[in-house]
Amino acid sequence: MSRARADEEEYWHSSKFRAFTFDDEDDELSQLKESKRAVNSLRDIVDDDDDDLERVSWSGEPVGSISWSIKETASGSTSSLEGRDSSLQKGSSSYAALPKQVSSYSLSSLFKGRNKLPSFQSLSDALTDTGAKNYAPELRRPKAEYKDYNSDWSPKDTVRRMQRGKVCSLERFRSLQDKLVLLDEAVAGHDGNVITAVLIFLKRTLRREILFRELEVRQVALCHLIHFLRETGEQKLLLDLLRFLDRTEEVALSQYREHLNIQDVEKKREFLKGCIGLPFSAEDTSHIQDHYTLLERQIIIEANDRHLEMAGQSEIFRKYPRKASILNMPLVTTLFYSCFYHYTEAEGTFSSPTNLKKTFKIPDKQYVLTALAARAKLRAWNDVDALLTTKNWLGYTKKKAPIGFHRVVEMLQRNNAPVQVLQEYVRLVEDVETRLNLATKYKCHDVVIETYRDLKDRVQLTAYKCKVERGSAEEEKINSILNNMVRSAY
Amino acid sequence: AIVWDEYLTGPFGLIAQYSLLKEHEVEKMFTLKPGRLPPADVKNIIFFVRPKLELMDIITDNVLREDRGRSPQRDFHILFVPRRSLLCEQWLKEQGVLGSFIHREQYSLDLIPFDGDLLSMESESAFKECYLESDQTSLYHAAKGLMTLQALYGTIPQIFGKGDCARHVANMMIRMKREFPGSQNSIFPVFDTLLLLDRNVDLLTPLATQLTYEGLIDEIYGIQNTYVKLPPEKFAPKKQGEGGKDLPTEPKKLQLNSAEELYAEIRDKNFNAVGSVLSKKAKIISAAFEERHHAKTVGEIKQFVSQLPHMQAARSSLANHTSIAELIKDITTSEDFFDNLTVEQEFMSGIDTDKVNNYIEDCIAQKHPLIKILRLVCLQSVCNSGLKQKVLDHYKREILQTYGYEHILTLNNLEKAGLLKPQTSGRNNYPTIRKTLRLWMDDVNEQNPNDISYVYSGYAPLSVRLAQLLARPGWRSIEEVLKMLPGPHFEERQQLPTGLQKKRQHGENRVTLVFFLGGVTYAEIAALRFLSQMEDGGTEYVIATTKLINGTTWIKSLMEKLEPAPF
Repeated sequence: MSRARADEEEYWHSSKFRAFTFDDEDDELSQLKESKRAVNSLRDIVDDDDDDLERVSWSGEPVGSISWSIKETASGSTSSLEGRDSSLQKGSSSYAALPKQVSSYSLSSLFKGRNKLPSFQSLSDALTDTGAKNYAPELRRPKAEYKDYNSDWSPKDTVRRMQRGKVCSLERFRSLQDKLVLLDEAVAGHDGNVITAVLIFLKRTLRREILFRELEVRQVALCHLIHFLRETGEQKLLLDLLRFLDRTEEVALSQYREHLNIQDVEKKREFLKGCIGLPFSAEDTSHIQDHYTLLERQIIIEANDRHLEMAGQSEIFRKYPRKASILNMPLVTTLFYSCFYHYTEAEGTFSSPTNLKKTFKIPDKQYVLTALAARAKLRAWNDVDALLTTKNWLGYTKKKAPIGFHRVVEMLQRNNAPVQVLQEYVRLVEDVETRLNLATKYKCHDVVIETYRDLKDRVQLTAYKCKVERGSAEEEKINSILNNMVRSAY
Repeated sequence: AIVWDEYLTGPFGLIAQYSLLKEHEVEKMFTLKPGRLPPADVKNIIFFVRPKLELMDIITDNVLREDRGRSPQRDFHILFVPRRSLLCEQWLKEQGVLGSFIHREQYSLDLIPFDGDLLSMESESAFKECYLESDQTSLYHAAKGLMTLQALYGTIPQIFGKGDCARHVANMMIRMKREFPGSQNSIFPVFDTLLLLDRNVDLLTPLATQLTYEGLIDEIYGIQNTYVKLPPEKFAPKKQGEGGKDLPTEPKKLQLNSAEELYAEIRDKNFNAVGSVLSKKAKIISAAFEERHHAKTVGEIKQFVSQLPHMQAARSSLANHTSIAELIKDITTSEDFFDNLTVEQEFMSGIDTDKVNNYIEDCIAQKHPLIKILRLVCLQSVCNSGLKQKVLDHYKREILQTYGYEHILTLNNLEKAGLLKPQTSGRNNYPTIRKTLRLWMDDVNEQNPNDISYVYSGYAPLSVRLAQLLARPGWRSIEEVLKMLPGPHFEERQQLPTGLQKKRQHGENRVTLVFFLGGVTYAEIAALRFLSQMEDGGTEYVIATTKLINGTTWIKSLMEKLEPAPF
C-alpha cells in the first residue's frame, strides 16, 4: 500500500493530468439525452409501447420480435411487483437484444489470464453480492438511477452504470488505488467496452511507467490496451509498451508492419534498412534482410530500365514495352522480369538473373521454372532447350524437367510453341496415358504413332489413320508400321 | 435515409426487405463510402455501421463534407450493430464530429436465423479476435445471444464444452444468469443439451475442401447470407422470342435455403450423389407434365391446372440446380482439383505429412493463389502436430520469395493462431487422435452414407465426431484424446424447477444445440444434419455459430491487410 500511496502523490501533484469524463459532449445535449432516457425508462416500467427509438430499431421485425418476447417472458415470469421491477433494471443489460435499452456496451475480453484465479474470486464475490441486492424491494430506484452523476458511486456501481450505457464521470477516481479498483471492477464486469473506457481514462491520467507496470499484472486489461493502441494507430506508445513487456519479436513485427504505409520507395528502403537490426527471430531476420536487398535492387533496376526504355535504343524494350514498374514486386516476379529483359547479362550486373539467383539463394527448381516461363513467353525455344538440358560428368546430355514434362508442355503450348518444339517434350512425358492425351490434343502425330507402335496397339493405330492427313508422311509411317507388325506377328 | 455499412446489408436482408423499410418511412438507402453524401430530400440520415474505426473515418468524411448551408439541414444519427463502442465514439470525438449526431444507439443483432436449424452471428472476425488479439468481445456477444435463446426456448439443463473459449462462454452464461434473476423463466426447455465447441479444438476441418453440394458451392462461389452469385452463362434464358441471343452479363444471384424443396434434399449430399437425384427428379417432373395428355374429364384437367404452379416452381428449381451442378462439375473434374484433393486426403490419412510436399511446391512455382497454398501448408501442419523446423522454413522461404516478403506478417498470424507451427514436442499426436476418433474412413459410401465421413469423402470432421461421441457413449470414453486437444473440457448443469423437468417419452429424440465458437463450415452442418436424421440416432441438432466459414474465408480473415487504408 505504501508504494501505491507514494505513486498516488507522485502523479497527483503533476498538473498535466486533466480530468476526464465520459460523456462530455455539449452539456445541453447530454442533459436532453438524460431526460429522454429517464422518460424512456419510465415508459419501460409503465408500459412498453412504441416510441421513436423503437421505430429506428424496427421493432416488429422478426428479430425485433424475438427481443420483444424476451422482454415479455422476462417480466411475465416474475409475478411480484418488485421482481418485475428488478428484472427490468437488472435484466436490462443482460438483454441487450432489447432495442429500447439505450445501450449495454461490450467489447469484452475477459479471462485472458486464464490461470489467474483471483479475478475469478472477485467475480463470484460480486455475484453473491448483487444477488442479494436484487431481491430487495427497490421501488425508488428508478428515480435515483437517473438523478445525476455527481453522487458517490462506488467503483462497482460506476462500472454497472457504464455497462448500462449511462453517463458516468470518472474524474472523481483520483488516487491510483481508486483507479485500479475501478479497472479491476471493469475487468470483473467482463464488458470489454467498459474496460476500454476505463483504460482510456487511465491512459490520460496516469504516468506511462505506472500504467505499464500496473497493466503487466493485469493481463486482460493489458490485451485490451494493446488492441486499442493498434486500432487507433498509436504506434509509438504501443512499441513502448511492448518493449516494456519485453515482447521483442512483437515489437519488431509491429515496427516492420509500418512499411506498408510508406508510399515513397526511397523512404521505404531506408525504413526497411532500419528494420534489419530489430530483434526478429533468426529466420525472419534473413527474410527482412532479403526484403531490403530486393527493394534496393529494384530501385537500381527500375532507374536503369526506365532510362533504357525512354531512350528507345534497346530492342527488347521497344518490342515488349514494360507494363508496370518492377518496384515492390515479389522476388520471383523480379526474377521473371530479369529473365525477360536481362537474360544474357553477365553475372556481375545487378539485373542479371544469375546474380539474383546467387544473392537470394533461389533454389534450382524455382529458377529453372521462372526462366522457362520468361523465355517461353519470348518464344526463345533454344533457351528453353538449354534450360531443360543437363550434362552429366561424362559429357552426355540428358533432358530433365523440374516439374514434370507434362507441365512443361502445357507451359510451352500456352505460349504457342510450334509442333516441332512441343513434340520433343511430349515425347519425354513418362506416363503413357498422359503422353498419348497430350500428343493427341496438340497433334504431335509422330509421338502418337510411336507410342502405339511401342504398345503394339494395331487397333488404335489403324483408328488414328483418319486423324492424319491423307497422303502425308504420317500416314505413310502408320502404314509401314502396320505392315511390319503383321510380319512380325506371323 | 439510411446509409449502410455494406457488410451489414447481407444479414439485414435476411430479416427485413426494402419494402418493409419503406413502410417505416425509409425514403432512400445508400452504401457508406467516402465523399459527400448523395443529395436526398430527407430530414434524417441514419448510419448503420459496425463499430470499426475505418468506418468511423468514412462517416467523418461524410459529415464534414455535408453542405452546412443547405436547407433544411439534415440530422445525423448513428446506429451501431451489434454494439455501441466507446472507442468509436471517442474516435469520432477526436475528429470533431461526435456532436453532429443526435442519436447514437445500438441495434443488438446477436443471432440471425439462417435456416430452420441454423443461427449465425455473422461476426467475421470472431476467430481472429479471440486468438490473435485476445479480444473476446465476440464471446460476450455469444453468451448474450445464448441468454436470449434461453429466454425464448427455456433454460438449457446441460452444458458441455471443449476449449478455452467454450469455458469462457459457459462462465459468462452462468454469471449472467445469477446476476439477473429475471432470466429465470417458466418455459419448458426445448434444448436438452448445449455443446460449446472452440474452433481451435478442430483447426483441421475447415482447411479441407468440403465435398457436399452446398459446401462446394461455398468453396467455389462463396455463399453470402444464403445468397450465391454465379456466372451467368449457364443460366441463359432458353425461351424463344426473348431475343435469346444476348447472354446475360450480370452474375446470377440465387437464394439458397431449405424452403426450396429440391435444395433441401440435395444440399447436404456428397456432390457425387447429387447427379442421380437430379436426373431422377427430372424424370418425375417430365412425367408429371406428361399427365396433361391423360387428363380427360374437366375434373382431371382442373386438378392438373391446380398443380401447375407447384410444378413450374419445381421445374425452375431443377433447372437452376442442374446448371449449378454443371458449373461445379467442370471444376471438380479438373486435374488441379483432383491433385489438390489427393494431397489433402493424403495428409488427413497421415501419409507423408513430415516432408516437403511436391504438389505444394509446384503450386507455389506456378503461383497459384496464396490462400490455396496457405490452406494446404496449414493442413499439413495440423495433421502433423506442427511441421519439422526444416520443412516449415522451406515453405516459408518459398512463399515469401514468390508472393512477397510482406507476407511474413500473415505467416506470423497463422503461427500465432496455431495453424502453422513448428513441431515443438517432437511428438505427433494426430495419428492417435485420428485412430481413436475414427477420423479417416477408407470405405466411405457417398451415395448412401452410413457415417459422417461422407461429407469429406473419407474424413470425418473432428468437431462433429466430438458431438456424436458426446451423445453416445459419452465423453468419458475418450478422455485421453480430449486431453490431447487444446483447452479444457467440462460439464455444467443448470437447475430447472421441478415442473419443467422433462420426462422423456420412449423414442423421443433429445435436442442438442451445438455452438461453434469461431465459425462452422457447411460440411460440418451437413454432418450434424445427417446425425439428426439417423433413425437410431436419438439426438437432433440445432447449430449456432459466430460465422459461417470455409477454409478460404477463414484464412483470409487471418491474413494481414496489405493495402493501406483508404485514408
